Amino acid sequence: MLLKRLIRILCSLQLTMVLLALSLILVFLGTMAQEPLGLYIAQARFFHSSFVDAASMLAALKKAAQLLNIYVTPMQADEVLSARWIPVFPGGYFLGGALLLNLLAAHWQRFVFTRKKAGIFLTHVGLIILLLGQLFTDQLARESGIHLTEGETKSYSESDRRSELAVIDVTDAAKDRVVAIPDNLLVEGATLADSLPFSIRVAKYYEHSHLTNRADLASSSAGFANQGFGLQVEALPLPKVTDMDFRDVPSAYIELSGPEGSLGRWLVSGHLERGQSLSYKGRSYRLALRLQRHYYPFSLTLLKFSHDKYRGTDTPRNFSSDVRLQNPSTREDREIRIYMNNPLRYAGLTFYQASFDKRDDRATILQVVRNPSWLAPYIACGVVALGLVIQFLIHLVAFLGRRKA
Amino acid sequence: MAVALLTIAYCLVPAASKSGFDAEGFGRLPVLLNGRTQPLDSVARNSLLILRGKQTLALEKGGSMPAIRWLMEVFFDGSKADSRTIFRIDHPELRGMLGVSDEEKYFSMAQFQPKLQSLLKETQRIESEQIKPEAQSPFEKAVMRLNNNVILYRRLKNSMQHEETRDFEADLAAYQTAIAPGVKAIQAREGGQEFDQKAFDRILDHLQRYDMMARFGYTLAVPSGSPNHVRDDWTTVGAALMEAARGGSIGTPISLFARMADAYRSDKVEVFNAALTEYGGWLAEHRYVPELAKGRSEHYFNRIEAFYVTAVFYVFVFILACASWFNNVPALSRAAWQLLILTWIAHTAGLIYRMILEGRPPVTNLYSSAVFIGWGIAGLGILLERIHSNAIGSVLAAIGGGSTLVVAHHLAMDGDTMEMMRAVLDTNFWLSTHVVAVTLGYAATFAAGFLALLYVLRGFFTTSLSTDMAKSLSRMVYGVICFATLLSFTGTVLGGIWADQSWGRFWGWDPKENGALMIVLWNAFFLHARWGKVCSEKTLMAIAVFGNVITAFSWFGVNMLGIGLHSYGFMGAAFSWLIAFDISQLIVVGLALLPVAYWKSLRPPQATPMKATSA
Repeated sequence: MLLKRLIRILCSLQLTMVLLALSLILVFLGTMAQEPLGLYIAQARFFHSSFVDAASMLAALKKAAQLLNIYVTPMQADEVLSARWIPVFPGGYFLGGALLLNLLAAHWQRFVFTRKKAGIFLTHVGLIILLLGQLFTDQLARESGIHLTEGETKSYSESDRRSELAVIDVTDAAKDRVVAIPDNLLVEGATLADSLPFSIRVAKYYEHSHLTNRADLASSSAGFANQGFGLQVEALPLPKVTDMDFRDVPSAYIELSGPEGSLGRWLVSGHLERGQSLSYKGRSYRLALRLQRHYYPFSLTLLKFSHDKYRGTDTPRNFSSDVRLQNPSTREDREIRIYMNNPLRYAGLTFYQASFDKRDDRATILQVVRNPSWLAPYIACGVVALGLVIQFLIHLVAFLGRRKA
Repeated sequence: MAVALLTIAYCLVPAASKSGFDAEGFGRLPVLLNGRTQPLDSVARNSLLILRGKQTLALEKGGSMPAIRWLMEVFFDGSKADSRTIFRIDHPELRGMLGVSDEEKYFSMAQFQPKLQSLLKETQRIESEQIKPEAQSPFEKAVMRLNNNVILYRRLKNSMQHEETRDFEADLAAYQTAIAPGVKAIQAREGGQEFDQKAFDRILDHLQRYDMMARFGYTLAVPSGSPNHVRDDWTTVGAALMEAARGGSIGTPISLFARMADAYRSDKVEVFNAALTEYGGWLAEHRYVPELAKGRSEHYFNRIEAFYVTAVFYVFVFILACASWFNNVPALSRAAWQLLILTWIAHTAGLIYRMILEGRPPVTNLYSSAVFIGWGIAGLGILLERIHSNAIGSVLAAIGGGSTLVVAHHLAMDGDTMEMMRAVLDTNFWLSTHVVAVTLGYAATFAAGFLALLYVLRGFFTTSLSTDMAKSLSRMVYGVICFATLLSFTGTVLGGIWADQSWGRFWGWDPKENGALMIVLWNAFFLHARWGKVCSEKTLMAIAVFGNVITAFSWFGVNMLGIGLHSYGFMGAAFSWLIAFDISQLIVVGLALLPVAYWKSLRPPQATPMKATSA
């Protein structure tokens, strides 16, 4: 009995309406939250989540109030991140999932395919593909970037925001051996052993930080680090960045220990990407907190970067990068021009002309995207558009027929 | 009808040239500004719009001065231009700071020149504190605005000649003779040898002034004149004069500008006009024919003010169509219909002219989106009128077309509305598919909203909403929303595909994308509500009216958040209008949701007035 009622609710058009209205509110609030929280946090809290938490919701509502000229103190990203997580509103995954269930249930239960409803049917099939495709994209897509100066060659791309602690064995001049620890493992108190001859204990980790000269600090207490850069500089925590044009630069204090005891305490920081050297048991290592890297079996060389502005203005007119693609395993070696709206698709990756370096006009920034489900929205949209057109035509024909009669 | 035709004809025929300086001819001259070739007439109109909020200058002794005549004065006779009241200052504190009277709205440079220093000081404070535009107080905003306007004015004044020049031709002749000895003196001085101090001082005096012109000059007015010049080969007069010291000679264009300047100041009409004609000839000889043509056609477009005339016509259509509701005279509704067709043709022609001028699809910025949305709503109105012939389509077309053109007029206050597209947007394919579809989606959603609004207003305030009329209106709303859903969905998806092509991201939750998505969701909500028959016709109308609020937010509101790829600019004043619009729509939604007993129309027969008042 209860099950039957539940199924009836799940199939109902009323549920669809409720879900659509809730989605609308969610999209509105998620848009509002972007200014105080920054795009990434707002996206994670509103759309890539099952429930929206109270603090994020408050941030969005306060922004909406501000728009109406009601003065309220805006919420900062830190406040939201440190607040207790209390679910108050259905999030993107919840509503997307529920809409999907509702759609499937309705079609299975009461929707009889007729020619009159062919368009509606197709539209819904397309929507199902679209929702599923976006879910897959969320899970599988990976975005990173390549910064290249003219003449430079790289066979890896770097994450836009994620960092990693890399321990690079540079003993062998011909080949580096890299052990990279992603930033989500770098939590205070964690001890990471991995495949290294020594273990790494994370004493402090700041998601965003700045460096200052130790001599400039008011307190004269001895710093944590007793090796490398940390002897001169000290890292201080900063609130997380919300502006899309900037990113967090993390710093960490770590202690390395071998079986014989402590090897020393280091400061590693995203501000010192080149890293610092150390040697242990006859082998040389470099220690660097840097942007996460993804290595590829091929390399890109920037031959030439051009970007023009309209005469007498600061408006960019075009960008383009001439790159050379070399893949030793397939013996490919060719030149390609990547420019706005004209990406390079290669090896399941897509390279886009994303931006330029404001400090160096000979450097390009390419965006690298791996998204196995990139075709889904194209197919979905084709199906939906077809469905809508068919339905529209059916109505139009019927309407004109009625008028003639 | 005949009056309308005559008006259009009058607008299209060029005005007979009066004796005096050939301002029209001067206005047609091409220059490079904002990265595009445009006639000086556009420079004049847009500058005056930015400074004063109007395209003409009202004179103290009555009458008005066209923008181009004002620009000639600014270019060639700075001291006289200083006495023109072109700066609009509204903020009382700013007026107090500048020591100008509280009675007036517009002020001249001469009036607040003595207190200019305090304006500069205030500007420097705001800039050094790095107060973002959103966080500035109204006073600070007014200061920044006025400061920008003063800069623009000074740049204009130094575009053709240095602002203090009294005799430009003599100045150029002196410069020409000073170049050779002067350059020698400079080289000798740099080499540490003895040099001719007099020759050095003489050329330095010129170079200092020209350098100031090169840095300040606004329009790039001097074509290179080289036989294989490219589109962008234009410089300011100042830069060209500086270049002359590096071996070149002062080119023909500058000599002719100088002749025009001196002739203008000394009121020698023939000399001025002859120099102007000679310059036109020089341009044609040096393969600047396309630029000349662009100057002429854009000048013509400025002059006919197609969208202004169209907006006025829409008002007449509205009056005629409304009148036909209350007096059942067929002639009235026929007149409304014919005038509407004529107006829409004029609107379309203006739109196409603009597209050809720009070489772009119809929508390239917020301004053109308003013009296009108006066109779309009017088109839908015509379609509905053709089907139903009950003057509802005409009213819709008139309100939609007219009000969006008024909105467009206010959006044009920022200056040039045909600016070049930034690199990302520089693709006619996506501009003509994604942007057109989304914008038409806005238009259709607005159209449905306005139809529903008519339903509610007529039903609540008058008894003219018969059951048949209500059915017919509700069917129209439904049809238009189907169309709107199709367009907004296609447009949104095309935007996603564009983003996927350019950034590898189909959906990025950008505020403008979200706005479009909200429209799709709301339209889907309406459709499901109707199909499911879960609410009354009145409630459905309330849903459709609320669509206006969502569309307005998507169109304007997201631009006001100041974030995302689509934030074209922060608009303070427009915001209060948006709020006012939203509130008015919400009131209508409220009316629609009131029980039918409170309505004048659609009451069930058994509901007597007695019951209604006691309910």
